[in-house]
Amino acid sequence: MFEIILPPAFFLIFGAILVAIVRPALRPVVALLAPLVTLYAIWQVEDGVRLAVSFLGYEVQLVEGGPLRRLFATIFALMAFGGVIFSLRDAKWWELSAALAYAAGAVGVSFAGDLIVMFVFWEFMALFSTVVIWSGGTEAARRAGIRYVIMHLVGGIVLKIGIEGLMIHTGSVEIRALSLESFDTWMILIGLLVNAAAPPISAWLPDAYPESTPTGGVWLSAFTTKTAVLALILLFPGTELLIYVGLWMIFYGIIYALLENDMRRILSYSIVNQVGFMVCGVGIGTEMALNGAAAHAFTHILYKALLFMSAGAVLAATGKRKCSDLGGLFRTMPLTTLCGVIGALSISAFPLTSGFVSKSLIVQAAGDEHLLWVWFLLVAASAGVFLHAGIKFPWFVFFQKDSGLRPPEAPWNMRIAMIFFAALCLLIGLFPALLYRLLPYPVDYIPYTQEHVLTQLQLLLFAGLAFFVMLPWMKRTLTITLDTDWFWRVAASRLYRIIERLANALRARLEQGAKDAVASLSARLMRSHGAEGVLARTWPTGSMLLWSVSFLLVLVVIGARMSAG
Amino acid sequence: MNEKEHWLARSSTIRWLWRVFALMLAAVVLWQLWTPVHGHFGIDGLFGFHAAYGFLACVGMVLFAKLLGVFLKRPEDYYDRDV
Repeated sequence: MFEIILPPAFFLIFGAILVAIVRPALRPVVALLAPLVTLYAIWQVEDGVRLAVSFLGYEVQLVEGGPLRRLFATIFALMAFGGVIFSLRDAKWWELSAALAYAAGAVGVSFAGDLIVMFVFWEFMALFSTVVIWSGGTEAARRAGIRYVIMHLVGGIVLKIGIEGLMIHTGSVEIRALSLESFDTWMILIGLLVNAAAPPISAWLPDAYPESTPTGGVWLSAFTTKTAVLALILLFPGTELLIYVGLWMIFYGIIYALLENDMRRILSYSIVNQVGFMVCGVGIGTEMALNGAAAHAFTHILYKALLFMSAGAVLAATGKRKCSDLGGLFRTMPLTTLCGVIGALSISAFPLTSGFVSKSLIVQAAGDEHLLWVWFLLVAASAGVFLHAGIKFPWFVFFQKDSGLRPPEAPWNMRIAMIFFAALCLLIGLFPALLYRLLPYPVDYIPYTQEHVLTQLQLLLFAGLAFFVMLPWMKRTLTITLDTDWFWRVAASRLYRIIERLANALRARLEQGAKDAVASLSARLMRSHGAEGVLARTWPTGSMLLWSVSFLLVLVVIGARMSAG
Repeated sequence: MNEKEHWLARSSTIRWLWRVFALMLAAVVLWQLWTPVHGHFGIDGLFGFHAAYGFLACVGMVLFAKLLGVFLKRPEDYYDRDV
């Protein structure tokens, strides 16, 4: 019934294992081949359920094809390929191996035919992304990794509760559009939103990603949040709640990025912002909007990885991560600067770049549905993206003041990876049909109309003006900004300490009370039973005899009276 | 530092860049004289709407971020001291 094919994710898993065991000289070859073979396998998967196996009495569907799934799997494999090129000189074998396994998880989720398979690959991603974070090797990375993995394992449990509930109550774990009418579907939605970095727990992302190695950040930027977007498209299209969740993420990302000083944390907040656009698109739920969410995930992975590559190249060359320490690097790192700027223009959706042809679909869908406030907020946010990522990142890292740093240009493999992704950003921007052809629904939309280019340029250029006018207000400070993670990093430990103190006080009280009680009891016993106590005194035998005789006498008298009566 | 200032960092270049930027700003607004914009909601079809909206939205977001920063900014080692 089903043709025997291997799930495409397995090729990446084999690659990950081989990378760990082959000779160092062969490692780059294996690492580069694995994503390419996977990409080939992805394009061999036809629509529908292609591979099912029996597992614990269930028929689990390991591979289900379809245009949307192919689109996501393709970009994940492309990302893995670019990531390997970028990492192959610097990354340790365990980081490279974990990164490939992480990508395998994302490809696996893309083709998951049912919720069980999705869940397994979901957890696969959580585990190996944690290894990528830990590869950062610092104490900060270790701690951030622990917070990250706790968050994702808890999210995984919530997701699992939902899936099991659905399995029991409906008997089906098919991946299909669900509605928020039961506890089970709510649990599934919450589980997915944890990975999408939705509020109120968005903080795990900017907390963990910037602690990775210069190469690790590139991998982390791509998979977790975008598989969540794919799962949302498959399971919750048109769920209105997602519009508001998305809008919150969009503005959260902008505001926090504006306050941030760490360059890769700026980019991390910007991931939350961009995923917000996609989540909002899923919430709108029309064919145009879902196309937009999928297209935006595709382009976003390319330009966000490109931005993380340029930041990673800077970090690798200078060892510095704060905007306040950087600046003026365009002198000695011209290619990194150019590629970073192309990434920045793409994320800002400048005409001729990839962001322009993908984000427009979502904004257009909001307009078509006459969602007045949503449209106005999305347009304002589009200007805000240019502000916080489009200008702020390249300006503070590559331009602004001369920091005096003269780092060498990035090594050849990093340059190739950056050129590759920059070229893809421009290619999609110039020939949107290349991307539109891959989208799940037919596209009846032309991004390059005079009207659209004109309004977009007005919006972005004046946003740029606002940046330079407000520049004195944007001066970087040596600060971090509190987020909801304060509750579990500080408040929770403070609460613990308060409880501990109260418990200690209570214990001391009880202990003292018990001591007092014992003391008073023993004092009372001493009074009666002690050496001088009433009950412990020695009594002469004579008085005992006297008392006995008296009692007998009384008994005799009473007995005589009674018999006489 | 003895090295010659990079051409892009010279003040003459920066002045020149500002002029080009101002010209571009003017051009994208004036372009609307030839290309009517049909908005979705009426107001977004007004002359220069996107320019004004983009500018004001950004100013608003920077001010809001600044305000939020007053309450939420902490020294960088905030989380390191308390553990």
